[in-house]
Amino acid sequence: MSSNKKPLHTPLTRRSMLKASAATAAIGSAPIIFSSKAYAYANEPKGSDVVLGFNVPQTGAYADEGADELRAYELAVEHLNGGGDGGMMSTFSSKALKGNGILGRKVGYVTGDTQTKPDAARASAKSMIEKDGAIMITGGSSSGVAVAVQGLCQEVGVIFMAGLTHSNDTTGKDKKANGFRHFFNSYMSGAALAPILGENYGTDRRAYHLTADYNWGYTTEEAVRTSTEAMGWETVAAVKTPLTQTDFSSYVAPVQASGADVLVLNHYGANMVNSLTSAVQFGLRNAQANGKNFEIVVPLYSRLMAKGAGENVKGIFGSTNWHWSLQDEGSQAFVKSFGEKYGFPPSQAAHTCYVQTLLYADACERAGTHNPCGVAEALEGFEFDGLGNGKTLYRAEDHQCFKDVLVVKGKENPTSEFDLLEIVEVTPASKVTYDAKIFGGELGTCNAG
Amino acid sequence: MLGLSRNDFLLLLFVLVLVAAAPIFLNPFPEGSEFAQFNAGYPDLMQRFVIFGIFAIGFNILFGLTGYLSFGHAAFLGAGSYAGVWMLKLLTINVIPAIVVSTIVAGIFSVIIGYISLRRSGIYFSILTLAFAQMSFALAASVLTPITGGETGLQTALHDPRILDGASDGAGNIPAPSLFGLEMKQSWQVNVGDWLWTFNVGYYLSAFVLLIAFYIAIRIFRSPFGMMLKAVKSNNQRLSYTGISPRPYTLAAFVISGMYAGLAGGLMVAMDPLAGAERMQWTASGEVVLMTILGGVGTLVGPVLGAGLIKYFENIFSKINDNLLHQWFAFMPDGIEDFMVTIIHPFVGKGWHLTLGLMFMLVVVFLPGGLVGGLSGLYRRVFQRRSKAQ
Amino acid sequence: MELSAFLLQVLNGLDKGSAYALIALGLTLIFGTLGVVNFAHGALFMIGAFCAVTLQKILTHSFITLDETKTDFLGKPLKVKTPYVEEWFGQVAGQAIIDWAVPLAILFAIPVMLLIGFAMERGLIKHFYKRPHADQILVTFGLAIVLQEIIKAYFGANQIPVPAPEAFIGSLDFGTLIGFDPGVIIYPYWRVVYFIFAMIIIAAVFAFLQFTTFGMVVRAGMADRETVGLLGIDIDKRFTIMFGIAAAVAGLAGVMYTPINPPNYHMGMDFLVISFVVVVVGGMGSLGGAVLAGFILGILESFASMREVIEFIPGINQVVIYLAAIVILLARPRGLLGRKGVMES
Repeated sequence: MSSNKKPLHTPLTRRSMLKASAATAAIGSAPIIFSSKAYAYANEPKGSDVVLGFNVPQTGAYADEGADELRAYELAVEHLNGGGDGGMMSTFSSKALKGNGILGRKVGYVTGDTQTKPDAARASAKSMIEKDGAIMITGGSSSGVAVAVQGLCQEVGVIFMAGLTHSNDTTGKDKKANGFRHFFNSYMSGAALAPILGENYGTDRRAYHLTADYNWGYTTEEAVRTSTEAMGWETVAAVKTPLTQTDFSSYVAPVQASGADVLVLNHYGANMVNSLTSAVQFGLRNAQANGKNFEIVVPLYSRLMAKGAGENVKGIFGSTNWHWSLQDEGSQAFVKSFGEKYGFPPSQAAHTCYVQTLLYADACERAGTHNPCGVAEALEGFEFDGLGNGKTLYRAEDHQCFKDVLVVKGKENPTSEFDLLEIVEVTPASKVTYDAKIFGGELGTCNAG
Repeated sequence: MLGLSRNDFLLLLFVLVLVAAAPIFLNPFPEGSEFAQFNAGYPDLMQRFVIFGIFAIGFNILFGLTGYLSFGHAAFLGAGSYAGVWMLKLLTINVIPAIVVSTIVAGIFSVIIGYISLRRSGIYFSILTLAFAQMSFALAASVLTPITGGETGLQTALHDPRILDGASDGAGNIPAPSLFGLEMKQSWQVNVGDWLWTFNVGYYLSAFVLLIAFYIAIRIFRSPFGMMLKAVKSNNQRLSYTGISPRPYTLAAFVISGMYAGLAGGLMVAMDPLAGAERMQWTASGEVVLMTILGGVGTLVGPVLGAGLIKYFENIFSKINDNLLHQWFAFMPDGIEDFMVTIIHPFVGKGWHLTLGLMFMLVVVFLPGGLVGGLSGLYRRVFQRRSKAQ
Repeated sequence: MELSAFLLQVLNGLDKGSAYALIALGLTLIFGTLGVVNFAHGALFMIGAFCAVTLQKILTHSFITLDETKTDFLGKPLKVKTPYVEEWFGQVAGQAIIDWAVPLAILFAIPVMLLIGFAMERGLIKHFYKRPHADQILVTFGLAIVLQEIIKAYFGANQIPVPAPEAFIGSLDFGTLIGFDPGVIIYPYWRVVYFIFAMIIIAAVFAFLQFTTFGMVVRAGMADRETVGLLGIDIDKRFTIMFGIAAAVAGLAGVMYTPINPPNYHMGMDFLVISFVVVVVGGMGSLGGAVLAGFILGILESFASMREVIEFIPGINQVVIYLAAIVILLARPRGLLGRKGVMES
């Protein structure tokens, strides 16, 4: 069994540590050998606090995204403990959260660096679980990391609330009973994008795919191909590009002469920024092909990527999980409390991380326990609203959230440095829902350590 | 004793005590105290210390003795890891076959790469090994996805066949790697006063393997074979004039160190059944080079210390956040507290790389020869000065 | 395979190769000739790119006015930023200056990079000429990390777009010049500029080493440092200058690269491995070798990325550079044009 420890040194407010040392001094000096049987489940909180583990990229190319996720987590902790303006807690349809922590225990947290590497992410998560007694791990900004950490949480028996991970695998092939994802996936991107692309560009297009040569790239290409081909598009070619590629010129150069009139960039992060920059340099955005305007599509957008690509994103379609310009009550409340604390609007990564933390806390309250099996049960099939994406379902079969998907476009005339994307369409959840069995994989049973 | 000289035996004994008592002395700060964050005595990190120690000891057999700087040793670690996970998936959840097969697979892999790369020496050799490792990494992450799991890595799954202990029916949980039923993740915790010590099965298995690996390394260093390897380093040309071809010796050293890497990879998946492609990337190869140099090239204990230091920074410093800093300096007046936090902030948490980089520079400037070389040099200088004074 | 597709990739390879050659050129000066294993070379390239970012930041340094008619994301009056240069020189001239930030950054980067190079050599590298390569690796790797982290602390980890001047946006229809249909062989203007720029820098460095007394002394010093020292020539000072020049070459490569890929703090590490491969494949101690290897690997990489080739050999685009490096090094023991005895033990 994994370690079972009282998280006595959880970072809380300043000076709380003095109290903590006084408490430990009371414990006798005779050696006590713990047997795992003394605990009902891994890292069962015994004191007056509960520790959450925020595992985000703090170094490497996604460090800025990780920093934004961390801000959202800190905000969520503040709100859960009754601080600040409460953010989305007031708009959340479930009213189980009272602003007194989770089940009356004050929420503390530890942070770690995933380095966007599965190994490092697991090491960091393990340290949070073994050393700091974290009862829930959340975060990440790539599917490789999410799948690896989710596997770990299943093994040791804590809950994993995925951060930004878009691959179908996370809740498909590699789904686990202890893992939950709020973020959308490649399939949903494809299903939401295709009708909009059809409306704007017509149904007799010829597409050229450039696909990052790894799991996420494959699932994204497949999703976009399937849904665009279903409405009549033809796929001229799909070329795989190395994940470590920096200059995409040799991949972009042959596109115009290939007879294609749409370029789909199944790239994320630096890959996307660089390939889009190359595509625009080669004049694809202003080119003509088959008597039509040449178009570029980026299935998964993020504001930080849009910022990195600068002017190049203007007018280019993509999909996103959430955007700060949404006008619903929940989004507005979140943007307000995040914006006032940090001075700029939150990213979609920040949003999903904030929501996941709230959903976890709420599930604990409703289940009346921190036991992962109880929490999982409370999350399975849970329907909620007021967290920025409209009515949402946490599907029991694969632990995936089903909610509206945003189709966005790079804004032509941004008014500020954050105003880079505009929402074109909010695709309803029913249009992007799929059968849980299509991606295979098995949840297994929940593990409480 | 054990075929070792008195000094070497004492060294082995020292390492034995070091690893056996690690759970105690790596937790010098009482649980719940201000500096508990600096404690490293939890299973995952201790396992990493010894596993990367094994990796670095093996690397040092090649680099320290022959002077051949391989920049692709992570490929063997990665190949071993994949082989190990496949054993856990196909054969049995018992870790013994996984560890043995990882070592063998890495050995075969290193025979091939070593045979080709050792046709060149110096920087040309380094680039050849780098090229092989980068090719392995790129292919494992992309076209070999069916075998390697690609970017998401290779993990054990519910429906794995596991022909020796029977497949599970898809329900329940994936069994954890174990040694004849003793799970690697099992731990005993002992509370003494305010201190908490964790004794973990996986750690002690790894530590046992480290001791064997260390013992073998001492024997190699002191053997005629080891002398021959040192001769390759000091004067390759003169060696060939004596009619001895250095190639078989360097190849043997290369394969031995490749097998050490495979062993480390096998242990890694035994502790945590996951193998990812980035384990083979050049940064991972570079890391073991840095560990060895940091600890002291050609010294016996140096690489282990170097490995420990780098892993300590990676796992401890990256977890210190502002919240914790405020806690540490809470006893100071508010203004000074904030000032202290502002000063330390860039070096911890997301800035842990900066601290690591500075440490590399400081060590190499002030302790030439790495930790062991530098410290023993320092010791000698102080000692000699004293004896002169007498 | 059509001839035009083939020609397009040759063009592409020349462009890619010129980038590799230019980045490797600075490394050869330090690594191939001074014999210092410089893992901080990528960081110098990155700092060059951030010279362009810094200049862009300076030029767009703005004052803020509130626009009451519009609101920001919190519903407060929108802050409108106006760069000071637009205020001083008028909107048209100001925007033109900002637009030309990258070419202007060349002037800015030369003194900055020379200074960084001098400081690095005098303060650190000088003490490591006689130390083992292992120590050089550790100290330069540490330095590279420190430099990266400093840049990350100021500019963040995200990529920062630094566009080329308006005049260079768009593509040259190269195909029509040699009798192909329009739109078949096109190439972006800025990449053409990069190619020409690389050629000029490479030629200048060659000429400097080949035809000046200074270059002659340095070349002699590289061959036999002690004898040159005995002749009463201050070779140390010249090595310092060489180091500064190498840093400047790396930095300029970085400045000009920014419009091709938006820079981030990590870009140097991404190029570090490839530049070492280029230098070694070219042969240690040979400037010409490095340039030649840069072009060969660039062209091979371009060909391997063609759809027809990938379909034939899956994954070849992932490994072609390393495969080529292995084949070349096995066929030619000292790379393409390497000198005997440099870094062979």
